[in-house]
Amino acid sequence: MLVDLQGRALALLNKVAGAEWPDRLRLRKPLERWLYRGSKASFSVLAQQGGAAKRARPNKPASPRGVFDLTLSDDQQLLCDMLQQVAQDVVRPAAAEANAAQHCAEEVRAALAELGLKHYGVPAAHGGLADEAAALTCALMTEQLAHGDPALALVALQSLSVANVLRRFALPAAQQQWLPALLAESAPQIALALAEPHVLADPHRLQCRAERKGQHYQLSGSKSLLVDGLSADYLLLSAYAEDGPALFLVEASRAGVERCASPAMGLRGAALASVTLRKVRVPHSARITAADFAYQTLLDLAALGGCAVAVGAAQAALDYVVPYVNERQAFGEPISHRQGVAFPIANMAIELEGMRLLLWRACARADQGASFSRESYLARLQAEAKAMTIASDAVQLLGGHGFTQEHPVERWYRDVRGFAVLSQSVVL
Amino acid sequence: MINLETPRKFRALVTQAQQVAAQYYRPISRKYDRAEHSYPKELDLLAALLDGMNAGSPESTGARTSKRQHDSGDGVRNGSNMSTCLGIMELCWGDVGLLLAMPRQGLGNAAIAAVANDEQLQRFDGLWAAMAITEPDCGSDSAAIRTTAVRDGDDYVLNGEKIFVTSGERAGAVVVWATLDKSLGRAAIKSFVVEHGTRGMQVTRLEKKLGIKASDTAAIRFTDCRVPAANLLGNADIDVAKGFAGVMETFDNTRPMVAAMAIGLAKASLDRARELLEDHCALDYRKPLLQVSHAEAQLYQLEAEWEAARLLTLKAAWMADNRMPNSKEASMAKAKAGRMATEVALKCVELCGLTGYGEDELLEKWARDAKILDIFEGTQQIQLLIVARRLLGKSSKELK
Ligand SMILES: Cc1cc2nc3c(=O)[nH]c(=O)nc-3n(C[C@H](O)[C@H](O)[C@H](O)COP(=O)(O)OP(=O)(O)OC[C@H]3O[C@@H](n4cnc5c(N)ncnc54)[C@H](O)[C@@H]3O)c2cc1C
Repeated sequence: MLVDLQGRALALLNKVAGAEWPDRLRLRKPLERWLYRGSKASFSVLAQQGGAAKRARPNKPASPRGVFDLTLSDDQQLLCDMLQQVAQDVVRPAAAEANAAQHCAEEVRAALAELGLKHYGVPAAHGGLADEAAALTCALMTEQLAHGDPALALVALQSLSVANVLRRFALPAAQQQWLPALLAESAPQIALALAEPHVLADPHRLQCRAERKGQHYQLSGSKSLLVDGLSADYLLLSAYAEDGPALFLVEASRAGVERCASPAMGLRGAALASVTLRKVRVPHSARITAADFAYQTLLDLAALGGCAVAVGAAQAALDYVVPYVNERQAFGEPISHRQGVAFPIANMAIELEGMRLLLWRACARADQGASFSRESYLARLQAEAKAMTIASDAVQLLGGHGFTQEHPVERWYRDVRGFAVLSQSVVL
Repeated sequence: MINLETPRKFRALVTQAQQVAAQYYRPISRKYDRAEHSYPKELDLLAALLDGMNAGSPESTGARTSKRQHDSGDGVRNGSNMSTCLGIMELCWGDVGLLLAMPRQGLGNAAIAAVANDEQLQRFDGLWAAMAITEPDCGSDSAAIRTTAVRDGDDYVLNGEKIFVTSGERAGAVVVWATLDKSLGRAAIKSFVVEHGTRGMQVTRLEKKLGIKASDTAAIRFTDCRVPAANLLGNADIDVAKGFAGVMETFDNTRPMVAAMAIGLAKASLDRARELLEDHCALDYRKPLLQVSHAEAQLYQLEAEWEAARLLTLKAAWMADNRMPNSKEASMAKAKAGRMATEVALKCVELCGLTGYGEDELLEKWARDAKILDIFEGTQQIQLLIVARRLLGKSSKELK
C-alpha cells in the first residue's frame, strides 16, 4: 500500500511539475512543499523529485489527546498557507468575471482542479490522502478558498465533497468503483444534488422519491443548488427509498433527467442549476448507500461545509473593510475614528471568531469519532445569523460605494445569503 | 492539533466545582438575594475547604491562583488560566454573587498575583484583597482617577474617594489605585495595598443593587491615609514611556474570568428554561430551525450564542496559558460573553412567562445578576474600543 500511495503521490507531483501555471503564479515553492508534506511521501519521493522540496519542518508530536489546543498541524498549516495564496492570486482575481459570466473560466477551473484537492477526500487505500483529521482539514481548505470567492470555492471543492460523501457513506462496491475513478486523468464530473427547492424544505422529509421496481429504481422529484450542474456527467442525489433516505449516483444523460440553469441572488460563478427527475429508471447498483446509512451525519457534515464557506466569506469581508475605513476620510478624519464605524468592525471580528471556533470544535469532534450533531447544529445557527450580519455591515461601511460592483462586498452580501437558506453543497 | 474539548486533566476540577455550585451555592442563593448586605457566613467554611484543596493542587478554582506559572517543558499547555475559567463557569452556574463574595478570591488578589514582587507575594499570602479603581467621577476612564498618593518618609499618604469596591468592607485589604502626580497622566498611576484598620480609611456606604446582592459593593474614603511604601505594588518609578501597561495587564487575565462568570450564569438560565419547557421543546438538534416552534428555535439560538462565547473565553485563557499576548482576545471574550449572558438570562425569563418572572424561580434573579457582567471589568463599549483599536491599528487618541 505504501508503494501505491507513493505512486499516486508521484503521479500527482508529476502532473503539477509539468503544469505551467504554478510558475506563472509564483506558486511553485509552496506547492512543492505542500505536496511533499501532504503526500506524506518518504525520502524516495523527495529524491525522485530531484530534491526540489527541501527538508520539511519536522513533524511536531501531535499534542497528547485531551489537551485543549488551537494549533494547526504542520500539514494543515502548509495547506492553509498554500491555499491562501491560491485564493489571493487565482481565485479573487477571477471572481468578478465569474460572477458576470455565471460560470468559472476554463483556465481557472483547470488551475483549481490541478490542486488535486479531491485527494484529501479519497482514502489512502484508493490512492488518496484522507487522514484522521479529514473534516477539520477540509474545513480549513474551504475557509481559505472561500476567502478568495465563495462561488469559485464551491466549484473548486465539488470533487472533494463528492469524494468525502463516497468515502464516508458509500457501500464498499461503490467506493471501489468510484473513488479511484475520481482521481483518474479524465475523472467524471459529479454534481452534488442534495438540496430541494421547496419552501420550508426539510432534509428529513425529502420530496425526492426512489421507488423500487424489481432490479431498478425509479426516481422522481426535484433538486436545486447543483454546482456546475449543467456540465455534470453524474448527479449524486438523495431520495427516499422504501427503507429510508438513500444516495444515488445517476448519469445526467438518463431519460427523464431534466436540467436547467437556475441563477440565484448570488453564488453566480458556481453556475447553479436545478434538476427535475421524472420517473428516471436506474439500475439497483445506482443506489450507493445501505439501508442504515448515517444520513444525519451527512447532513451534519454538509452543514459544516456551509459554515466553513461562511467563515471564509466573512473573513474576506472583514479583511476588505479594515483598510477601507482607515483610508476613507469624512469630516476631516478617517471614518474609522468614529465608534459608529469602529464598533461594527469589532463585532465583525468577535462574531467571526465565535463562528470559527464552533466550526472547528464540531469538525474536531467529527474527526475524533465523537458525536457532533449538536455542535454542527449550533455552528450552523451562528454562521447563518452572524455571517449575514457581517456581510451586510461590510456593505454598509463602504456606503454607496459598497452598493456598487466596484467592490466585492455586494457580491459577498449576495453569496452569504445563500448559505443562510441552504448549506448542502460542500460536504466535509 | 485542534481540540476544543475540556482538557482531561481538569475534568475532576470541573466536577468538584459543579458539586460546590449545586450543593453549596444554590441552596443559599435566594436567601442572600433577599438579605442584601448580610454576610454569607456559609462561605467561610467553603473558603477554608478551597484553601486546603488549593494548597494541595496546582490547579484550582478562583482568581487567586491565576498567577505567573512556573511551567516546565514546551509544547501546548493547559494551565491555571484555563482551569480558573472552567472552575468559575461551574461555580457561577451556582451563583455569581456568592462567588464574588468568596473570601480570599477577590480581584485585588488577582492584581497582587499579577504584579507583586516576591517579598510582597509572601507578605500578602492569605490576605483577602478587594480592588478599588473606580471613583465617583471616573469609571471607564480609569486613567482619570483623582485619588492621590504623596510620598512622605517611609510612607505614602492617600487622599480620595473610591466607589463600587466589591467586597470592600469584608476583605482584609483593598488594592487602591492612586496617582503620584496628576500632571503625568497614566504613567503616574500606582496601586497600593491598604489593609483594613489603617487610620484614615473609612467605608462610607454599601450600595443597594439590581442584582448580585450577596456581594457587597462599598464606597471607601481615604483621608490622609498612611500606607507603608513597601505596599506599593510593582515599580515606584514613573516611566512615562511604558506608562499604563503595568497596571492594565491585570485585565488581560481577569477579563476572561468575568467572561467565564457570564458563561456560568447563562448556562444556569438555559438549563432551567429547558427543564421548564421540557414537554414543549424536543431539542434534538436535527430539525431545521424553520420547522420547530418559536420557543424551541429561541432556545437553540441562545445556546449557539452561549457556545460561541464559551469557546472565545477558553481561547483567551488558552492563549494566556501559552504566553501569547491575548489582550484583544480577552476583550473579545468579555464583550461577547457579557452581552450574551444578559440576552440569554432575559430571554429565558421571557420564554418561561410568569413562571420565569416570579420569585419561585431563580430565572428572574439571574436576569438581574447578569447585567453587571457586561459592566464591570470594562463595559461592553470599552471592550469594543479595545478590540477595534487593535484591529484598526488606532491609538486611544484617534479612536476615543
Ligand atoms: C456591582 C459593581 C461592582 C463593581 N466592582 C468594582 C470593583 O471591585 N473595583 C472597581 O474598581 N470598580 C468596580 N466597579 C465599577 C465598574 O468597573 C464601573 O462601574 C465600570 O467600569 C463603568 O464605569 P462607570 O460606572 O463610571 O461608567 P461610565 O464610565 O460613566 O460609563 C457610562 C456609560 O458610558 C459608556 N462609555 C464610557 N466611555 C466610553 C467611550 N470612550 N466610548 C463609548 N462609550 C463609553 C460606558 O460603556 C457606559 O455605558 C463595580 C461596579 C459595580 C456596579
